[in-house]
Amino acid sequence: MASKVKSTLFSMTLTLLIVTAVAAGLLAIVYKYTKEPIKEADLKKQKLALRQVLPEFDNNPIAESDTIPSDIQGSSFDLVVFPAKKDGKLVGIAIKTFTTKGFGGRFDVMVGFLPDGTIYNSMVLNHQETPGLGDKIDPEKSDFSRQFAGKNPATFRLKVKKDGGDVDAITAATISSRAYCDALQRAYNAFKSLDLAKYTEN
Amino acid sequence: MAEQKTNRLQIFLKGIIKENPTFVMLLGLCPTLGTTTSAINGMGMGLATLFVLTMSNLVISLIAPYIPDKVRIPSYIVVIASFVTIVDLTLHAYAPELYKALGIFIPLIVVNCIILGRAEAFASKNGVLDSILDGLGVGLGFTLSLTVLGAVREILGSGKIFGLNLHIYQGDGILVFVLAPGAFLVLAYMIALGQKLKKRMYDE
Repeated sequence: MASKVKSTLFSMTLTLLIVTAVAAGLLAIVYKYTKEPIKEADLKKQKLALRQVLPEFDNNPIAESDTIPSDIQGSSFDLVVFPAKKDGKLVGIAIKTFTTKGFGGRFDVMVGFLPDGTIYNSMVLNHQETPGLGDKIDPEKSDFSRQFAGKNPATFRLKVKKDGGDVDAITAATISSRAYCDALQRAYNAFKSLDLAKYTEN
Repeated sequence: MAEQKTNRLQIFLKGIIKENPTFVMLLGLCPTLGTTTSAINGMGMGLATLFVLTMSNLVISLIAPYIPDKVRIPSYIVVIASFVTIVDLTLHAYAPELYKALGIFIPLIVVNCIILGRAEAFASKNGVLDSILDGLGVGLGFTLSLTVLGAVREILGSGKIFGLNLHIYQGDGILVFVLAPGAFLVLAYMIALGQKLKKRMYDE
Protein backbone atom coordinates (compact mmCIF):
# COMPACT_ATOMS: atom_id res chain seq x y z
CA MET A 1 0.00 0.00 0.00
CA ALA A 2 2.22 2.78 -1.18
CA SER A 3 0.95 6.31 -0.99
CA LYS A 4 -1.86 7.18 -3.39
CA VAL A 5 -1.16 10.88 -3.09
CA LYS A 6 1.36 12.57 -5.37
CA SER A 7 4.05 14.70 -3.74
CA THR A 8 3.20 18.17 -4.99
CA LEU A 9 3.97 21.33 -3.08
CA PHE A 10 0.29 21.79 -2.32
CA SER A 11 -0.39 18.22 -1.13
CA MET A 12 2.76 18.14 1.00
CA THR A 13 2.01 21.48 2.66
CA LEU A 14 -1.59 20.52 3.30
CA THR A 15 -0.65 17.10 4.73
CA LEU A 16 1.93 18.51 7.12
CA LEU A 17 -0.48 21.26 8.14
CA ILE A 18 -3.24 18.76 8.93
CA VAL A 19 -0.95 16.29 10.72
CA THR A 20 0.65 18.93 12.94
CA ALA A 21 -2.66 20.72 13.59
CA VAL A 22 -4.35 17.49 14.68
CA ALA A 23 -1.35 16.56 16.85
CA ALA A 24 -1.25 20.02 18.43
CA GLY A 25 -4.98 19.96 19.11
CA LEU A 26 -4.78 16.50 20.67
CA LEU A 27 -1.84 17.51 22.86
CA ALA A 28 -3.62 20.68 23.94
CA ILE A 29 -6.59 18.60 25.11
CA VAL A 30 -4.42 16.09 26.96
CA TYR A 31 -2.42 18.94 28.52
CA LYS A 32 -5.61 20.68 29.66
CA TYR A 33 -6.97 17.57 31.36
CA THR A 34 -3.69 16.51 32.97
CA LYS A 35 -2.61 19.98 34.16
CA GLU A 36 -4.50 19.90 37.46
CA PRO A 37 -3.73 16.25 38.36
CA ILE A 38 -0.03 16.89 37.62
CA LYS A 39 -0.06 19.92 39.92
CA GLU A 40 -1.76 17.87 42.63
CA ALA A 41 0.67 14.98 42.23
CA ASP A 42 3.65 17.36 42.51
CA LEU A 43 2.12 19.06 45.55
CA LYS A 44 1.51 15.70 47.18
CA LYS A 45 5.13 14.75 46.51
CA GLN A 46 6.29 18.01 48.09
CA LYS A 47 4.11 17.44 51.18
CA LEU A 48 5.48 13.92 51.50
CA ALA A 49 9.04 15.24 51.26
CA LEU A 50 8.33 17.86 53.93
CA ARG A 51 6.98 15.20 56.31
CA GLN A 52 10.17 13.21 55.76
CA VAL A 53 12.69 15.96 56.37
CA LEU A 54 10.99 17.82 59.23
CA PRO A 55 9.99 16.91 62.78
CA GLU A 56 6.25 16.69 63.41
CA PHE A 57 4.40 19.92 62.61
CA ASP A 58 0.77 21.07 62.52
CA ASN A 59 0.82 24.14 60.26
CA ASN A 60 0.82 24.30 56.45
CA PRO A 61 4.44 25.02 55.49
CA ILE A 62 3.55 25.23 51.79
CA ALA A 63 1.08 28.08 52.40
CA GLU A 64 3.65 29.93 54.50
CA SER A 65 6.57 29.27 52.16
CA ASP A 66 8.86 32.01 50.97
CA THR A 67 11.41 32.19 48.16
CA ILE A 68 14.86 33.65 48.51
CA PRO A 69 17.33 34.25 45.69
CA SER A 70 20.44 32.06 45.66
CA ASP A 71 24.03 32.85 44.65
CA ILE A 72 23.07 32.11 41.03
CA GLN A 73 20.78 34.69 39.40
CA GLY A 74 17.51 33.69 37.75
CA SER A 75 14.06 32.73 38.99
CA SER A 76 14.59 28.99 38.51
CA PHE A 77 17.54 29.20 40.90
CA ASP A 78 15.53 30.51 43.85
CA LEU A 79 15.47 28.57 47.10
CA VAL A 80 12.14 27.92 48.79
CA VAL A 81 11.86 28.15 52.56
CA PHE A 82 9.14 26.18 54.36
CA PRO A 83 8.69 27.01 58.06
CA ALA A 84 7.29 24.14 60.17
CA LYS A 85 5.50 24.98 63.41
CA LYS A 86 3.84 23.06 66.16
CA ASP A 87 1.39 24.86 68.49
CA GLY A 88 2.63 28.14 67.00
CA LYS A 89 6.26 27.41 67.88
CA LEU A 90 8.90 27.01 65.18
CA VAL A 91 10.14 23.40 65.16
CA GLY A 92 12.10 23.40 61.93
CA ILE A 93 12.77 25.00 58.56
CA ALA A 94 12.77 23.03 55.34
CA ILE A 95 14.65 24.48 52.41
CA LYS A 96 14.20 23.32 48.83
CA THR A 97 17.68 23.69 47.45
CA PHE A 98 19.47 22.62 44.29
CA THR A 99 22.83 21.98 42.70
CA THR A 100 23.97 22.32 39.13
CA LYS A 101 27.02 20.14 39.68
CA GLY A 102 25.37 16.70 39.40
CA PHE A 103 26.74 14.14 36.96
CA GLY A 104 23.42 14.35 35.12
CA GLY A 105 23.04 18.12 35.57
CA ARG A 106 20.84 19.92 38.05
CA PHE A 107 18.95 18.18 40.83
CA ASP A 108 16.81 19.46 43.69
CA VAL A 109 17.12 18.50 47.34
CA MET A 110 14.75 19.15 50.25
CA VAL A 111 16.65 19.73 53.51
CA GLY A 112 15.09 20.10 56.94
CA PHE A 113 16.92 22.10 59.62
CA LEU A 114 16.11 22.30 63.30
CA PRO A 115 16.00 25.90 64.63
CA ASP A 116 19.61 25.55 65.90
CA GLY A 117 20.90 24.68 62.41
CA THR A 118 21.20 20.94 62.84
CA ILE A 119 20.14 18.97 59.76
CA TYR A 120 17.08 16.90 60.66
CA ASN A 121 16.93 15.01 57.38
CA SER A 122 17.33 15.53 53.65
CA MET A 123 16.09 13.89 50.49
CA VAL A 124 16.59 14.37 46.78
CA LEU A 125 13.43 15.40 44.92
CA ASN A 126 14.42 14.68 41.33
CA HIS A 127 17.64 13.70 39.62
CA GLN A 128 19.19 12.19 36.51
CA GLU A 129 22.22 10.62 38.15
CA THR A 130 23.64 7.37 36.77
CA PRO A 131 21.46 4.41 37.78
CA GLY A 132 23.39 2.07 40.04
CA LEU A 133 26.01 4.70 40.93
CA GLY A 134 25.04 8.33 41.43
CA ASP A 135 21.41 7.47 42.09
CA LYS A 136 22.47 6.24 45.51
CA ILE A 137 21.93 9.82 46.70
CA ASP A 138 18.27 8.69 46.83
CA PRO A 139 17.46 7.46 50.36
CA GLU A 140 15.57 4.52 48.80
CA LYS A 141 18.78 3.30 47.15
CA SER A 142 21.41 3.73 49.85
CA ASP A 143 22.13 5.21 53.26
CA PHE A 144 24.29 8.01 51.84
CA SER A 145 21.82 10.83 52.55
CA ARG A 146 21.12 9.56 56.09
CA GLN A 147 24.66 10.36 57.28
CA PHE A 148 23.71 14.06 57.36
CA ALA A 149 20.88 13.59 59.84
CA GLY A 150 21.73 15.08 63.24
CA LYS A 151 24.85 16.86 61.94
CA ASN A 152 25.28 20.60 62.29
CA PRO A 153 27.09 22.12 59.28
CA ALA A 154 28.69 24.62 61.70
CA THR A 155 30.93 21.78 62.89
CA PHE A 156 30.36 19.11 60.23
CA ARG A 157 32.22 20.10 57.08
CA LEU A 158 29.94 19.54 54.06
CA LYS A 159 32.64 18.22 51.77
CA VAL A 160 33.60 14.69 50.82
CA LYS A 161 36.60 13.26 52.66
CA LYS A 162 38.68 13.41 49.48
CA ASP A 163 38.26 17.21 49.55
CA GLY A 164 39.08 17.46 53.24
CA GLY A 165 35.50 17.33 54.58
CA ASP A 166 33.57 14.95 56.82
CA VAL A 167 31.26 13.32 54.27
CA ASP A 168 31.60 9.68 53.22
CA ALA A 169 31.22 9.77 49.43
CA ILE A 170 29.38 7.09 47.47
CA THR A 171 31.83 4.59 45.96
CA ALA A 172 32.51 5.45 42.30
CA ALA A 173 30.16 8.45 42.47
CA THR A 174 32.27 11.24 43.93
CA ILE A 175 30.76 13.81 41.57
CA SER A 176 27.21 13.05 42.70
CA SER A 177 28.32 13.09 46.35
CA ARG A 178 30.06 16.46 45.88
CA ALA A 179 26.96 17.84 44.18
CA TYR A 180 24.77 16.70 47.09
CA CYS A 181 27.10 18.49 49.52
CA ASP A 182 26.98 21.56 47.29
CA ALA A 183 23.16 21.58 47.52
CA LEU A 184 23.23 21.17 51.31
CA GLN A 185 25.83 23.91 51.71
CA ARG A 186 23.70 26.28 49.63
CA ALA A 187 20.71 25.49 51.86
CA TYR A 188 22.74 26.03 55.03
CA ASN A 189 24.04 29.39 53.77
CA ALA A 190 20.45 30.42 53.13
CA PHE A 191 19.39 29.12 56.55
CA LYS A 192 22.06 31.22 58.27
CA SER A 193 20.83 34.35 56.50
CA LEU A 194 17.25 33.78 57.71
CA ASP A 195 15.77 35.86 60.50
CA LEU A 196 14.26 33.06 62.56
CA ALA A 197 12.47 35.47 64.91
CA LYS A 198 10.20 36.36 61.99
CA TYR A 199 8.78 32.85 62.03
CA THR A 200 8.34 32.43 65.77
CA GLU A 201 6.18 35.50 66.35
CA ASN A 202 2.93 34.84 64.54
CA MET B 1 -8.58 -18.71 6.65
CA ALA B 2 -6.32 -21.02 8.63
CA GLU B 3 -3.38 -19.94 6.55
CA GLN B 4 -4.13 -16.31 7.25
CA LYS B 5 -4.14 -17.07 10.95
CA THR B 6 -0.68 -18.65 10.90
CA ASN B 7 0.55 -15.65 8.92
CA ARG B 8 -0.75 -13.32 11.58
CA LEU B 9 0.89 -15.42 14.27
CA GLN B 10 4.16 -15.23 12.36
CA ILE B 11 3.94 -11.45 12.14
CA PHE B 12 3.52 -11.36 15.90
CA LEU B 13 6.22 -13.93 16.71
CA LYS B 14 8.96 -12.79 14.34
CA GLY B 15 9.71 -9.75 16.50
CA ILE B 16 10.64 -11.92 19.43
CA ILE B 17 13.48 -14.01 18.00
CA LYS B 18 13.81 -14.00 14.21
CA GLU B 19 13.75 -10.22 13.90
CA ASN B 20 14.47 -9.36 17.50
CA PRO B 21 15.10 -5.60 17.39
CA THR B 22 18.02 -5.63 19.82
CA PHE B 23 19.90 -8.90 19.37
CA VAL B 24 19.30 -9.56 15.66
CA MET B 25 18.47 -6.26 13.98
CA LEU B 26 20.69 -4.18 16.32
CA LEU B 27 18.19 -1.32 16.36
CA GLY B 28 17.66 1.20 19.15
CA LEU B 29 20.97 0.45 20.83
CA CYS B 30 21.28 3.83 22.52
CA PRO B 31 18.37 3.36 24.97
CA THR B 32 19.29 -0.32 25.19
CA LEU B 33 22.78 0.41 26.48
CA GLY B 34 21.73 3.40 28.54
CA THR B 35 18.76 2.10 30.48
CA THR B 36 19.57 -1.54 31.20
CA THR B 37 21.48 -1.00 34.44
CA SER B 38 18.84 -3.05 36.24
CA ALA B 39 16.13 -5.50 35.21
CA ILE B 40 13.28 -3.22 36.29
CA ASN B 41 14.66 -0.22 34.37
CA GLY B 42 15.02 -2.34 31.23
CA MET B 43 11.51 -3.67 31.57
CA GLY B 44 10.05 -0.19 32.16
CA MET B 45 11.73 1.19 29.08
CA GLY B 46 10.60 -1.85 27.09
CA LEU B 47 6.95 -1.55 28.15
CA ALA B 48 6.79 2.19 27.46
CA THR B 49 8.26 1.54 24.01
CA LEU B 50 5.81 -1.32 23.44
CA PHE B 51 2.87 1.02 24.03
CA VAL B 52 4.14 3.85 21.83
CA LEU B 53 5.18 1.42 19.09
CA THR B 54 1.78 -0.26 18.95
CA MET B 55 -0.15 3.01 18.97
CA SER B 56 2.05 4.70 16.36
CA ASN B 57 1.88 1.59 14.13
CA LEU B 58 -1.90 1.68 14.43
CA VAL B 59 -2.21 5.35 13.47
CA ILE B 60 0.45 5.29 10.78
CA SER B 61 -1.08 2.27 9.05
CA LEU B 62 -4.33 4.24 8.91
CA ILE B 63 -2.95 7.51 7.58
CA ALA B 64 -0.11 6.21 5.37
CA PRO B 65 -2.19 5.98 2.15
CA TYR B 66 -3.03 9.68 2.42
CA ILE B 67 0.48 10.97 3.13
CA PRO B 68 2.58 12.08 0.15
CA ASP B 69 5.83 10.10 0.03
CA LYS B 70 8.16 13.07 0.38
CA VAL B 71 6.74 14.24 3.70
CA ARG B 72 6.11 10.84 5.27
CA ILE B 73 9.06 10.95 7.68
CA PRO B 74 8.15 14.30 9.29
CA SER B 75 4.52 13.19 9.51
CA TYR B 76 5.44 9.91 11.22
CA ILE B 77 7.74 11.70 13.65
CA VAL B 78 4.94 14.08 14.62
CA VAL B 79 2.64 11.10 15.29
CA ILE B 80 5.29 9.31 17.38
CA ALA B 81 6.26 12.43 19.34
CA SER B 82 2.60 13.13 20.10
CA PHE B 83 2.11 9.68 21.59
CA VAL B 84 5.25 9.99 23.66
CA THR B 85 4.08 13.33 25.05
CA ILE B 86 0.64 11.89 25.83
CA VAL B 87 2.24 8.97 27.69
CA ASP B 88 4.52 11.39 29.54
CA LEU B 89 1.69 13.69 30.67
CA THR B 90 -0.72 10.88 31.55
CA LEU B 91 1.81 8.99 33.66
CA HIS B 92 2.87 12.20 35.41
CA ALA B 93 -0.75 12.98 36.27
CA TYR B 94 -2.20 9.60 37.17
CA ALA B 95 0.72 7.32 38.03
CA PRO B 96 3.30 9.52 39.79
CA GLU B 97 5.12 6.50 41.25
CA LEU B 98 5.64 4.88 37.86
CA TYR B 99 6.49 8.28 36.40
CA LYS B 100 9.22 8.70 38.99
CA ALA B 101 10.76 5.38 37.97
CA LEU B 102 10.42 5.83 34.19
CA GLY B 103 10.42 9.61 33.93
CA ILE B 104 13.84 10.04 32.37
CA PHE B 105 13.34 7.26 29.80
CA ILE B 106 10.05 8.37 28.30
CA PRO B 107 11.32 11.32 26.22
CA LEU B 108 14.04 8.98 24.92
CA ILE B 109 11.42 6.89 23.13
CA VAL B 110 11.01 9.55 20.42
CA VAL B 111 14.57 9.03 19.26
CA ASN B 112 14.32 5.24 19.34
CA CYS B 113 14.82 4.24 15.73
CA ILE B 114 12.86 0.99 16.20
CA ILE B 115 9.63 2.97 16.19
CA LEU B 116 10.35 4.96 13.06
CA GLY B 117 11.87 1.81 11.55
CA ARG B 118 8.68 -0.22 12.03
CA ALA B 119 6.54 2.70 10.84
CA GLU B 120 8.58 2.98 7.67
CA ALA B 121 9.22 -0.70 6.99
CA PHE B 122 5.93 -2.24 8.08
CA ALA B 123 3.04 -0.02 9.19
CA SER B 124 3.12 2.20 6.11
CA LYS B 125 2.77 -0.84 3.82
CA ASN B 126 0.41 -3.10 5.77
CA GLY B 127 -3.12 -3.17 7.15
CA VAL B 128 -4.22 -2.01 10.59
CA LEU B 129 -4.48 -5.39 12.32
CA ASP B 130 -1.13 -6.63 10.96
CA SER B 131 0.52 -3.37 12.01
CA ILE B 132 -0.82 -3.66 15.55
CA LEU B 133 0.44 -7.25 15.77
CA ASP B 134 3.80 -6.18 14.40
CA GLY B 135 4.01 -3.40 17.00
CA LEU B 136 3.09 -5.77 19.83
CA GLY B 137 5.55 -8.45 18.65
CA VAL B 138 8.52 -6.14 18.13
CA GLY B 139 7.68 -4.27 21.33
CA LEU B 140 7.54 -7.51 23.26
CA GLY B 141 10.86 -8.63 21.73
CA PHE B 142 12.40 -5.32 22.76
CA THR B 143 10.99 -5.60 26.29
CA LEU B 144 12.29 -9.15 26.67
CA SER B 145 15.76 -8.23 25.39
CA LEU B 146 16.04 -5.23 27.68
CA THR B 147 14.81 -7.17 30.69
CA VAL B 148 17.31 -10.00 30.08
CA LEU B 149 20.15 -7.54 29.47
CA GLY B 150 19.20 -5.56 32.58
CA ALA B 151 18.89 -8.73 34.67
CA VAL B 152 22.34 -10.02 33.65
CA ARG B 153 23.96 -6.66 34.34
CA GLU B 154 22.13 -6.30 37.66
CA ILE B 155 23.12 -9.80 38.84
CA LEU B 156 26.78 -9.40 37.85
CA GLY B 157 27.07 -5.73 38.72
CA SER B 158 25.24 -5.43 42.02
CA GLY B 159 24.31 -9.00 43.00
CA LYS B 160 20.60 -8.23 42.84
CA ILE B 161 17.66 -9.15 40.65
CA PHE B 162 14.64 -6.80 40.42
CA GLY B 163 16.10 -5.04 43.45
CA LEU B 164 16.11 -8.27 45.46
CA ASN B 165 19.48 -9.03 47.02
CA LEU B 166 20.82 -12.45 46.02
CA HIS B 167 23.71 -12.32 48.52
CA ILE B 168 26.26 -13.61 46.02
CA TYR B 169 28.76 -10.86 46.75
CA GLN B 170 30.18 -9.55 49.97
CA GLY B 171 30.11 -5.81 49.49
CA ASP B 172 29.80 -4.34 46.01
CA GLY B 173 29.45 -6.38 42.82
CA ILE B 174 31.54 -6.20 39.65
CA LEU B 175 31.04 -2.52 39.09
CA VAL B 176 32.03 -2.55 35.42
CA PHE B 177 28.79 -4.33 34.50
CA VAL B 178 26.70 -1.40 35.77
CA LEU B 179 28.85 1.06 33.82
CA ALA B 180 28.79 1.62 30.06
CA PRO B 181 31.56 -0.90 29.14
CA GLY B 182 29.56 -3.65 30.87
CA ALA B 183 26.59 -2.84 28.67
CA PHE B 184 28.68 -3.47 25.56
CA LEU B 185 30.17 -6.68 26.95
CA VAL B 186 26.82 -8.19 27.92
CA LEU B 187 25.22 -6.99 24.69
CA ALA B 188 27.91 -8.70 22.62
CA TYR B 189 27.32 -12.06 24.33
CA MET B 190 23.57 -11.61 23.97
CA ILE B 191 23.91 -10.91 20.24
CA ALA B 192 25.94 -14.10 19.82
CA LEU B 193 23.29 -16.03 21.73
CA GLY B 194 20.51 -14.41 19.69
CA GLN B 195 22.20 -15.40 16.42
CA LYS B 196 22.62 -18.97 17.61
CA LEU B 197 18.97 -19.24 18.66
CA LYS B 198 17.83 -17.74 15.39
CA LYS B 199 19.94 -20.19 13.35
CA ARG B 200 18.70 -23.16 15.29
CA MET B 201 15.05 -22.19 15.01
CA TYR B 202 14.78 -20.87 11.46
CA ASP B 203 17.66 -21.98 9.26
CA GLU B 204 17.34 -25.73 9.53
